[in-house]
Amino acid sequence: MLLFGRLADLAGWREREIPAASLAALRGILAAEDPALFEALQAPAVRTAVDQTLVNLDVALRPDSEVAFLPPMSGG
Amino acid sequence: MIRLVQAPFDPGEALGEFCRDRTETGAVASFTGLARAESGRTDILELEAYPGFTEREIARHEAAARERFGLQDTLILHRTGPISPGEAIVFVAAAASHRRAAFEACDFLMDYLKSRAPFWKKETGPDGARWIEPTERDQDDLARWETQ
Repeated sequence: MLLFGRLADLAGWREREIPAASLAALRGILAAEDPALFEALQAPAVRTAVDQTLVNLDVALRPDSEVAFLPPMSGG
Repeated sequence: MIRLVQAPFDPGEALGEFCRDRTETGAVASFTGLARAESGRTDILELEAYPGFTEREIARHEAAARERFGLQDTLILHRTGPISPGEAIVFVAAAASHRRAAFEACDFLMDYLKSRAPFWKKETGPDGARWIEPTERDQDDLARWETQ
């Protein structure tokens, strides 16, 4: 699992291995472990990517899946 | 073509290179974004990307711009990592047969990069650090292209 921008600052880490069979299960683990991070990930402006593809709904995860949480983006 | 670059680059050199050997182009427009010191409030800007994902998302919009404006070629250079005030953060160039398409493509690509491209930007200065998110103005700028 990968965190970017202010989400990584909030959690105090950028990358971790977390065993979870689905996105919903992963969120459940995070809710129990770090409620502030869980809350921040629920914001509508935070996008979720699984294996570098944006997803909107719950999806199943494989042991080698890469899940990234992306706060509002800004370049330039 | 999109390239993420770690080290400072010379936008003039990038433009010269982009213009080389174009006998059928007619128009090249470019835009360079520089890091601002914000009157001493920013010492350093830090840009984070999601390697792989960031390039692919930008390439998708680059392809959309090429089709929409009938471009011959585009180049986007974007810095990542720590950036000092005065350094170029972003360089966009568009090549077309005529000027209007080239101007508009740079404008379109910059509006996309400001508020949708996968980068996260942190400003650090004497008062601490803050994450920069797209402003309402940035969102309005992008919305212009959706109604046309």
